[in-house]
Amino acid sequence: MPETIDQIFVVLKHWLVGYSPVWLQPIVGAIVSVVAILVAFASLFALTTILERKGLGRFQNRYGPNRVGPFGLLQPVADGLKSLTKEDIVPHSADAVVHLLAPIVLVTAAFMGYAVLPVGRNMVAVDLDAGLLYFFAAGSIIELTIFMAGWSSRNKYSLLGAMRAIAQMISYEVPLILSSITVIMATGSLSTVDIVEKQAGYSGIWPHWFVFTPWGFAGFILFTIAAIAESNRSPFDLPEGESEIIAGYYVEYSGFKFALFFLGEYIGMFAVSGLAITLFLGGWSAPFSFLTWIPSYLWFFGKLLALIGLFIWIRSTLPRLRDDQLMNFAWKFMLPMALINLVTAGAWHFMSFGPVRWLVSTILVVVPYLLLGRGLMRSKKLETRIYRFAE
Amino acid sequence: MLGEGILKGLAETAKNFFGSFVSKERLTTVQFPEERLPQAEAARNFPFLVYDGHDWQAGLRCVACQICEKECPPKCIFIEKSKDKKPDSMGKQQFYPAVFNIDVSVCMSCQICVEVCPFDAIEMDTAFELSTGDRFDGLLWRKAQLAKPNSYFHQIHPTAAAEIDKRLAEAKAKAEAKAKPVAAAAQPDPAPPTKS
Amino acid sequence: MTFGTTAPVDEQVLHHSPDGGEGEYLEIALGPHHPSTHGVFRMDVVLDGERVIKLKPVFGYLHRNHEKIAESASYLASMPYTDRLDYICSLTNNWAYALAVEKLAGFQVPERAEYIRVITAELTRLVNHTSTIGFLTQEMGASGTPLMYAFREREKILDLFESLTGSRMMCNYMRFGGCRVELPSGWLEQVKKIVEEFPRFLDEYEQLLTGNEIFMARAQGIGVLKKDLAINAGITGPMLRASGVNYDIRKVDKYGIYDRFDFRIPLGEHGDVYDRYMVRMLEMRESLKILDQAIRDIPSGPIMDPKAKIRGFRPKPGEAYGRIEAPKGELGFYLISDGSPHPYRYRVRPPSLINLTVLEDMCLGSSVADTIVIFGTVDIVLGEVDR
Repeated sequence: MPETIDQIFVVLKHWLVGYSPVWLQPIVGAIVSVVAILVAFASLFALTTILERKGLGRFQNRYGPNRVGPFGLLQPVADGLKSLTKEDIVPHSADAVVHLLAPIVLVTAAFMGYAVLPVGRNMVAVDLDAGLLYFFAAGSIIELTIFMAGWSSRNKYSLLGAMRAIAQMISYEVPLILSSITVIMATGSLSTVDIVEKQAGYSGIWPHWFVFTPWGFAGFILFTIAAIAESNRSPFDLPEGESEIIAGYYVEYSGFKFALFFLGEYIGMFAVSGLAITLFLGGWSAPFSFLTWIPSYLWFFGKLLALIGLFIWIRSTLPRLRDDQLMNFAWKFMLPMALINLVTAGAWHFMSFGPVRWLVSTILVVVPYLLLGRGLMRSKKLETRIYRFAE
Repeated sequence: MLGEGILKGLAETAKNFFGSFVSKERLTTVQFPEERLPQAEAARNFPFLVYDGHDWQAGLRCVACQICEKECPPKCIFIEKSKDKKPDSMGKQQFYPAVFNIDVSVCMSCQICVEVCPFDAIEMDTAFELSTGDRFDGLLWRKAQLAKPNSYFHQIHPTAAAEIDKRLAEAKAKAEAKAKPVAAAAQPDPAPPTKS
Repeated sequence: MTFGTTAPVDEQVLHHSPDGGEGEYLEIALGPHHPSTHGVFRMDVVLDGERVIKLKPVFGYLHRNHEKIAESASYLASMPYTDRLDYICSLTNNWAYALAVEKLAGFQVPERAEYIRVITAELTRLVNHTSTIGFLTQEMGASGTPLMYAFREREKILDLFESLTGSRMMCNYMRFGGCRVELPSGWLEQVKKIVEEFPRFLDEYEQLLTGNEIFMARAQGIGVLKKDLAINAGITGPMLRASGVNYDIRKVDKYGIYDRFDFRIPLGEHGDVYDRYMVRMLEMRESLKILDQAIRDIPSGPIMDPKAKIRGFRPKPGEAYGRIEAPKGELGFYLISDGSPHPYRYRVRPPSLINLTVLEDMCLGSSVADTIVIFGTVDIVLGEVDR
C-alpha cells in the first residue's frame, strides 16, 4: 500500500500517456511532466509568498496578511489579480524588445532546471547522464537575463543594480559548483538520480545522506550560502537593495512583468534548494529507516519547505552585505574553503571505514574554517570593542 | 569564531518567532477595528463646546469672550458676539456666541484654547473617526456641531469633568450665599393690604 | 546635467578623474523621494563607479517659516510649534524653549516640575535612540526586524506620553515656569515598570546586532569623523562623543537639576558608524539610571511658578540663549525681546542641520550603500533641519 501511494503520480502519468498513439508517446510524456512541474512549483510559489509574509510578520512581532481569506491564504490570488490589472509602463527610451524578453527568458530558464530534479522515487522529468552539468548551465542563463533587464531600462539605478548583480552572481557560481564537485567525487556520477540513489540506503536507522559527513556538512553550508547569493536574497540582496536604489534592476518594470521577475527569482530559489536537497540532504529519502512508509515526494517537498523556512529566517535577521564585502567573502573565504573541502572529500573517500577518517576529515574542515575566519575578520580590522566612560 | 554573532542573532529572532504564538508581548498587534485599545483619559483630538442641561442653546457655557480666538496659534477659531444677552448658569446676563466656527483642517490640537478659557466652556474631544467627504465645508465645524452635553464630557474625561463641576458648584454656592443677604436687604417692606 | 536650481557641477570634476584617466561620472540625486532619507531630503552625489567623489546636500523641502511665524505670535503660541521641530522628541524641544524664555523673564521653576522635566526628557532620549538605531538597521538592509523590536518598546513610552500630556508625539507640555498638568495617578509606577523592563530589551538588541559579523563589517571603519573636524564644525551630541570629545551639555551647563544625578558619559574612539551606534546604546543605559534616581527622589509640591503668566506675557527687553542636550545634539533657542508680547527675533539652533555640514567629508570615497548608512547615523529629522 505505501508503495502504491508512493508511485501514484508515476502510475497516473503512464495511464495518461497510454491514451495516445505510440509514435506520440514520448512527446505526451514530456508534456505531462512539464505541466506537472509547472503546476506544482507555481502553486508552491504562491504558497511561499504568503508563508514568507506571514513568517516575516511573526519574526517582527506582528501578524502577516490575514484579511484575504482564512488566515490570509488567498493573498496570492489578490496579488496576482493586482499585478495583472496594473498598467504596463515601458519607458520611452527603453529598448522595448529586450525589456519584454528579459522576464520571459528569466522564467523559462528558471523552470528549465527542474527537468533533472528527482522529486520522488522514479519521478524525474528527464534522467540525464550529465544532469548536474545541465542544471548549472541552465542556471547561468539567469544571470544574463538580469543584465538584460538592467541594461534595457536605460536608467542609472537599474544599471547600477544590474552590474552589481552580475558581479555577485558570477562570483558565487564558483563556490556553488566547487561544493557540488565533492558530491560528484563521492558518487562518481553526474546524474542526479544516481546521487539520490547513493544516499537512499540506511545503516541501522541512520541514513546515508552526505550532509552527515564532515565534508558534506561543510559542503552543504557552502552550497546554501552560495544558493542564497545566487537567488539575490538577503543578506545578498544588494542588486535589489531596497533602501538604497529602490529596486535595482527591475525598477522600471510594472504590472505583470514585475510579477514575472518575482516568480523567476523564487523559482530559481526553489530550483537551487531542490538541488541542495538532492546533493546533500538525500533527495526524496526519509531521514530514518522506520519512516519510509511516508511517500517520497512528501519528503522532498517537506525538506524543500524546511529550506525555504531557513531562507526566510535568515532574511529576517541579517542586514545586507555591501558589494565589495560580498566579493571578499566569496573569493577569500568561500573559495578556499571549497577547495579544502575537495581535499577533505578525497581523504574521506580513500581512507578506510572507521573513526580515524571521521577525525581526520573533521580536523581538515574545522581548522581551516577557524583560521580563515579569523584572518578575514582581522584583515578588515573588525573586532568587538570596549568603550570607556568620561571621568 | 566567524559566524558566532550571526548565530546568536538567529537565535534571537527564532525566540521572537516562537514567542509570537504563545505570549501577547511578542505579538503586539491590536486588530483595529475589531479590537480597540482604550484611550488614555487625557487624550485630545479636536475641541468641542460644553453645554449644561438639555437645551444646547440655553445651556452653552461660552460667553464669547474671544480669548481662545486670540490665543489660538494657527487662528482656526472664528467667533461673532451676539447683540443681546442671555442668563448663564449663575443667572448673570452674558453675551453668547452668535457664530462659533472651528476650521478643523487648520486646528493642530494644541489645547491652548482649553487652557486659557476662563469659563471651562471649550474642552478637548477624543473622537478620531471623523472622516468626511467634503474637503471644505465638511471640515468647518459650526456651533451646532461643536456643542456637546456635560454628560458627554463626564464620559470622556471623568476626572477633569468632576473637578470642574465641583469648582463651578462651589462658585455658584458662594455667589448665592453672597446674594441672599443683599436680596434680603433690598427686599421692600411688605405691601400694605389693599382694600378690594 | 544640472540639478534643478543649484549651480552646475564643476566641469573639471566631471570629465577628468583625479588620476588623469578619462572616466565617465554618474550623477545621481538620492531623494527627495527615497525610503532612507529620513524625510524629504536630497543628496546630489557624483559617483565614480561606486565611489562618491562629490556630495551636496539639498534641503528646504520642509521649510515652514517657524521662526517668522514666531515673530508675529505670542510666546505661548510658539510652544506648540516647537513640538513640530524635531517631531520625534517633542518634549525636549519644549524644554529648550521654556528654558530660553525663563532665562529671559527670570522665572523660577519649582522642584517637582524640574524632576518631571528630567523624567520626560530622559524618556524622550530613549524614544529617540531606539528609533534611530532601528532605522539604521533598516537602512543596512535587515528587513525591518530590529526596527519592529525597537518600535515595540517605543510604543510603550508613547503611551505614557499620551496619558500624561494628551498626545503621543506633539506633547506641548512644558510651560514657562513649570509644567502644564500634574502627573496622573499611577503614572510614576508605569514609568518604573518600563525602566525595569527596558534593560532586557537592550540586551536582546545587543545580542541581535552588536556581535553580528555582518553588522560589524557594515559599521566599523565606515564614515570616520576625526576629532578636530568634529570640534571645528560645531558638531554636538552623540556624533561628537563618538569621536572622542567629552562634551555633554548636561554635565557642562548643569541646567535644570542634572547635577544631582549620577550618570556617566560614554565616549567612542574611532568616530565611525559602529561607535555612534554603541554610544547611543550606552547612553540609553545611562538614561535608565537617571530615570531610576529621578523616580526615587521626586518631591511633591507645585508644578508652576506662581509668578508666571500664561496669557499676556510681556518680558522685559533683552536677549537670552537657552540650550539643552537634546537627543540629537545641542538644541538652542535664541530670543530677543523688545518688550512686546511677540519676540523681536526668534532663532532655533538645530543640531541636525549643523551635524549635516560634515556629511560630505565623511562620505567621500565611500560607496552609495555606505553613504546611506553614514547618513543614518548623523540622525537628522527634517523638521529640525528645515524648520
